[in-house]
Amino acid sequence: MNEVFPRGPSLLTRFILILVFSIIAMIVDTKVDSVKTLRTYLTSFVSPLQYIADMPGEVLNWSASRFTSRQNMLEENELLTSQITLLNGELQRLAALQQENNNLRNLLDAPVRVDMHKMIAELMSIDNNPYSHQIVINKGTLNDVYLGQAILDDNGIVGQVVEVGTTNSRVLLISDVTHAIPIRISRNNVRLVASGTGTLNELKLQHVPHSAEIREGDLLISSGLGNVFPEGYPVGIIDKIVSDESQPFAEVSVKPAARLDRLKYLLLLWPEDIAPEEAVASSDLYQQLESQDAR
Amino acid sequence: MPGNNTFIYICIIVGLILQIIPMPPQIDIYRPDWLLMILCYWSMALPNRVSVGVAAICGLTLDILYGTALGVHCFALTIPIFIVSANYQRLRNQSMLQQAFTIMVLSLLYHLIVYWLQYWLINTEFRWRFFWPTAVTIVLWPWLFWLLRKFRRKFRVS
Repeated sequence: MNEVFPRGPSLLTRFILILVFSIIAMIVDTKVDSVKTLRTYLTSFVSPLQYIADMPGEVLNWSASRFTSRQNMLEENELLTSQITLLNGELQRLAALQQENNNLRNLLDAPVRVDMHKMIAELMSIDNNPYSHQIVINKGTLNDVYLGQAILDDNGIVGQVVEVGTTNSRVLLISDVTHAIPIRISRNNVRLVASGTGTLNELKLQHVPHSAEIREGDLLISSGLGNVFPEGYPVGIIDKIVSDESQPFAEVSVKPAARLDRLKYLLLLWPEDIAPEEAVASSDLYQQLESQDAR
Repeated sequence: MPGNNTFIYICIIVGLILQIIPMPPQIDIYRPDWLLMILCYWSMALPNRVSVGVAAICGLTLDILYGTALGVHCFALTIPIFIVSANYQRLRNQSMLQQAFTIMVLSLLYHLIVYWLQYWLINTEFRWRFFWPTAVTIVLWPWLFWLLRKFRRKFRVS
């Protein structure tokens, strides 16, 4: 059914129109902030595709959990029980320490540190796009996820939310080239900025003077400046320092604390005043602990 | 016939899903350009149905799925598809080897354009691994071509 005389504009006209349109779209999308809401709708619109793409992995996981042997389950159970016991022990000490810290801060008239509320999210998909490091998680506006929210894993800071859909949202990892995070060295409170390099297991410290007091193996924690990431969560460990005096700054590479290449369960953080009902605070955990002891 | 287009749409949706399906990072860098191959096939076989317009919509969807700036993949997919649909008669008469070679050039072009646009927008560093999917694409092309042609004839899509 080839038409001898095609209708509509010619191929070349359509081609040029599309190219012009996509260039305008690119410029608008990167330079104008108000299109973020449009992206929310678009992201929700294509989320069925993401759920379908996620299905084979889900089926594999499900069947793996179905057919795992009793022996394995018992071993895993034992391991988890021992871990919980150890962590509970630590938690008891933490509760006392936090109380003490708050008392001391009260004495100094310093503001008491706010308790963050947390919720567990699961990784839905990883972008195979080699140019940017982003992941998709299975929580969205329905769970009160907001733009710029901080995401952790069990070892440290993972990234921040950059797009929110209804049931899923997109997280920019700290290793992305466009991402930077304010940090301080936990040993001596030197403040610096760690930016991503585009490689999953490396960050770079920006503008480090040769005279700065840093050592390999120093722990970097988030400084809370910039009001995106809460204070005091681990970001990485200093891996290598190259101090070449002919360069203006020292080159410092950092190994991220979070295991960015094997993420599975993630923690969403909320400040106390805007946290949803389902999010748990650490004070809830202490109460659970106490009620367990009471039983 | 009204049901004819359905098969083309199913192919394109499967292509989109194959583009985003999660894979272990070691294999992930070799993921072939499924969508580009599928669009190339259809714009070669039925240039009056699938052409730059469909490529642009697919590109935009890919941008949303990948989280890249809107228009990057739209731009990068439209250029190879324009070349194919402008020269579809020539491509149809090529041998399988020649076709695979053409697809290699188109795939390299696609990746190069995506890299250029990303460099312009967010200053990405160049890495040779951006071109590794092309190698898998060449190997897969004859099989995909054969499979799609078989189904196109079976369902009489025209």
